[in-house]
Amino acid sequence: MAQLTMIQAITDALKTEMKNDENVLVFGEDVGNNGGVFRATEGLQKEFGEDRVFDTPLAESGIGGLAIGLALQGYRPVPEIQFFGFVYEVMDSISGQMARMRFRSGGSLNSPVTIRSPFGGGVHTPEMHADSLEGLMTSQPGLKVVIPSTPYDAKGLLISAIRDNDPVIFLEHMKLYRSFRQEVPEEEYTIPLGKADVKREGKDLTIITYGAMVQESIKAAEELEKEDYSVEVIDLRTVQPLDIETIIASVEKTGRAMVVQEAQKQAGIAANVVAEITDRAILSLDAPVLRVTAPDSIFPFSQAEQVWLPNAKDIVETAKKVLTF
Amino acid sequence: MAAKKSQQFDPVETLNAIEEKFEMFQILNEEGEIVNPDADPKLSDEDLQELMRRMVYTRILDQRSISLNRQGRLGFYAPTAGQEASQLASHFALEKEDYILPGYRDVPQLIWHGWPLHQAFLFSRGHFMGNQMADDLNVLPPQIIIGAQFIQAAGVALGIQKRKKEAVAVTYTGDGGSSQGDFYEGINFAGAFRAPAIFIVQNNQYAISTPRELQTSAKTIAQKAVAAGIPGVLVDGMDPLAVYAVTRDARERAIKGEGPTMIETMCYRYGPHTMAGDDPTRYRTSDIDSEWEKKDPLVRFRKYLEAKNLWNEEKENEVIEQAKEEIKAAIKQADAAPKQKVTDLLGLMYEEVPFNVQEQLDIYKAKESK
Repeated sequence: MAQLTMIQAITDALKTEMKNDENVLVFGEDVGNNGGVFRATEGLQKEFGEDRVFDTPLAESGIGGLAIGLALQGYRPVPEIQFFGFVYEVMDSISGQMARMRFRSGGSLNSPVTIRSPFGGGVHTPEMHADSLEGLMTSQPGLKVVIPSTPYDAKGLLISAIRDNDPVIFLEHMKLYRSFRQEVPEEEYTIPLGKADVKREGKDLTIITYGAMVQESIKAAEELEKEDYSVEVIDLRTVQPLDIETIIASVEKTGRAMVVQEAQKQAGIAANVVAEITDRAILSLDAPVLRVTAPDSIFPFSQAEQVWLPNAKDIVETAKKVLTF
Repeated sequence: MAAKKSQQFDPVETLNAIEEKFEMFQILNEEGEIVNPDADPKLSDEDLQELMRRMVYTRILDQRSISLNRQGRLGFYAPTAGQEASQLASHFALEKEDYILPGYRDVPQLIWHGWPLHQAFLFSRGHFMGNQMADDLNVLPPQIIIGAQFIQAAGVALGIQKRKKEAVAVTYTGDGGSSQGDFYEGINFAGAFRAPAIFIVQNNQYAISTPRELQTSAKTIAQKAVAAGIPGVLVDGMDPLAVYAVTRDARERAIKGEGPTMIETMCYRYGPHTMAGDDPTRYRTSDIDSEWEKKDPLVRFRKYLEAKNLWNEEKENEVIEQAKEEIKAAIKQADAAPKQKVTDLLGLMYEEVPFNVQEQLDIYKAKESK
């Protein structure tokens, strides 16, 4: 076992699947010789050749179309969208085409594409690079949306995503790429899509979260423990489809819940999770289900990120409201 | 101080020079005479008759589809009359292994590639079984988002190249489609990868009502290929022999590893954009219509074949009768398709049914069994 950062675990997963299945192709802007702007595809072109790891012209829509076409020839494309803020350029290929392929062909065709892309804020990127657009993706039936929060999860989830026969949007939080290391087995393993993970057990309050907010929520839970509150932290890992079973079981146990997301409050994952909880477990609740989110402005310029992004302090504050209701 | 013009690159002159190069290629004129004997693809008598048979059949299919639509027995339909040479002669240059990515008006090519007629009718009616493609049928269902098929064609072509197959990806759009960003991205990607693709723009003069002149300042659409560094061809899209010849050439280049070609076929649709309320008299005059009708692909090909003693009224009537009978049978078959249920639709969402979809499947299953 090696101590890997999340980006190393992602490279490891890509290597593993490229070795396992010669139909896996990796392509996008600067992913070849350059190894990607974050180095997620470092060394892959050297190891697997230019036929399987290649640079494309600079056009996201074209990359999406290329992925669909290659999948129709039996390949398992793993394109990279350089920053998820650029996703609007490829929205038709994702929501209009890949997500619909199985449906509109009456099940005779499919799009086994895994789109990898760095997203989220906190690393001072230029304008329009960082953003939390997972809510946009989850509103499209036909897609799966996966967001790992640890190196170990990233490897197992990415392998599952590549093997999945439906399109998967695999979002990699930029701040998590190199923020910590974790033991990651060298051998292959998978983590099923659609399964949440209880990252910390507790009995007084359930925090449901994902992505970079998992670490913030754990920090908050540790803080609250000093005041004798026992807080459970659930990492969704897949935000579409949601692992309703794990969420509800936890809420029924603790009787109090809140949802934390880095994205803005309007629409989005947190609103959906709250609705599912009230639909299914309202009689188990001792308090309203509150949310911690970013405010509903456009994602800010880099100097304002730190005041805008939610953090452990915000989580503690809201948690106390729920705990003392 | 003004520089001497003669020593400078003159961009206007260069543009004019390029545009002049794109002359319309023709083999068979409006009178059915070979005007370009060197370029005659020299199809066998049987092939010539087969191509005529397909064009006549498709003209009947178009007439019947329009009338079935008016009777409420078909749904979405985009008329094809006038475009038979562009559609069927280009398709005639293809092989079964070639992969077709059609636009919504390109139903005839799919049918002649092997898409059963009753499925085309189901597609028109909005039934998912229309788009269920057999494993060995190399086609996508008709694309609705204009231009999307161009970037996907680049992908299919790159896949064909990687698989080392002897085949090409062929995609169709119209003059309006050539204004889309995906049009440029598609031809540019295929060019950059030297992928075996053929991009066909059926320039039928109007994107719904918007005339071709409003789409672009370019004199021809074919010249847009130059920007992608690939060959572009402007062809008389009412001339079956010319369309066949340029498509066959493009296919040969692609198979040899020489990359993609873009073909602009100059043609006309006699009918409305679709049967959903478009009224061409709002944007075209009957004078324009009759100018184009003189160029009709069936008329000129019929003259050509009759002069060669390869076609006559009897043969034509046989095809018409056959088409009518097969259309009747296909409609009957389409009528027999089961009604679509919400559970069918939910079941088509994913390979493995996720929790939310499963819950809804259970709810609708109960509703539907009542």
